[in-house]
Amino acid sequence: MHEMSIAESLIQLLEEQALAQQFSRVRKLWLEIGPLASVDVPSLQFCFEAVSRHTLAEAAVLEIIEVPGLAWCLGCEARVDIHQRFDACPKCGSYRLQVIQGDELRVKELEVD
Amino acid sequence: MCSVCGCAEGETRIEGMDQHHHHHHHHEEAVAPGAGGPPLLHFGQGVARAHVPGLSQQRMVQIEQDILAKNDRYARQNREEFARRSLFALNLVSSPGSGKTSLLTRTLKTLNQRFPVAVIEGDQQTSNDADRIRQTGVQAVQINTGKGCHLDAHMVGHALEQLEALHGGVLFIENVGNLVCPAAFDLGEAHKVAILSVTEGEDKPIKYPDMFHAADLLLLNKVDLLPYLNFDVEACIDYARRVKQDIQVIQISAQTGEGMQEWLDWLLAGRSRLINQRLRELDREAQALKALL
Repeated sequence: MHEMSIAESLIQLLEEQALAQQFSRVRKLWLEIGPLASVDVPSLQFCFEAVSRHTLAEAAVLEIIEVPGLAWCLGCEARVDIHQRFDACPKCGSYRLQVIQGDELRVKELEVD
Repeated sequence: MCSVCGCAEGETRIEGMDQHHHHHHHHEEAVAPGAGGPPLLHFGQGVARAHVPGLSQQRMVQIEQDILAKNDRYARQNREEFARRSLFALNLVSSPGSGKTSLLTRTLKTLNQRFPVAVIEGDQQTSNDADRIRQTGVQAVQINTGKGCHLDAHMVGHALEQLEALHGGVLFIENVGNLVCPAAFDLGEAHKVAILSVTEGEDKPIKYPDMFHAADLLLLNKVDLLPYLNFDVEACIDYARRVKQDIQVIQISAQTGEGMQEWLDWLLAGRSRLINQRLRELDREAQALKALL
């Protein structure tokens, strides 16, 4: 549900960038989203399509770069893959994990004119 | 939509603020709090619609910017304002019906005798909760988010303008009842406090991990009902610690008062820490000024 607010924030960010970097249309944008970013990607795609109408990003293509979730296991002293916040260490089963990567929600790059 | 401060999101209203123009921190037209009735803010139109004239050649632009950077900027402003006023601000999050408002009114009755307290209430519609708070004699500002599913830092900044006289106490921000969306939005608070009632099921922390990960304190509410339920308290706490290792847990009942003292002690300790930190900052500032003499 908050994907609508995120899509609106994204349009605002694009408009600020359009002023700062002198462009008028966004054709394509690449977003980095991690599995821990509390964002549902299909829902964000849907909301972005709705919110971008009549803006500089109308009909822009939204490309999602999925950033894998990574954590540091205090038991194994190693990096391990995680998919959710409550995942156990796949090696030792411990929950003593510190998330290193996976909560990204950022715009990486734009194709503009 | 205001292209300067970015008020955009749909149908939000905040008590005390005019429906059409409410950004008096950014604009010349200051808006008086609603005459007579309690303050209510109203956020207006649709999304950003600004266009930039002129065409240039197609090109790539590197941005590397967080999508919620704007919210985070407002959150930072709120945090600075809370620090300036020595306000201990808490963001209370839960599902609807967890007993948040009952717990809050009981807490306010105790705290109100000791130091300034106020409440910012977030709901999609109605001012019922703010009315309940005001019955305890505590100042409250209702934010109606319309279709919105969470409070954001910008709304809270405006609501804070309605509480100008509030200094040195505790500000409770009661978020929209929702265990999903409010997790992503920093409001500038010192802590998120999650309230989970034992009528909801012990696996809520792993069903909604983002929220319990964002919270520093879990209030396990309605524990007076435990004898009538199959709720596994230990399992619930274990789940919560899987998503947030160092989350603190207080078992509490707004009805019987069980656990209230522990919760009040937590609040008082947090407030003292904040005021001490502020004192140290002011001390440093005073020292720096003296050095100029």
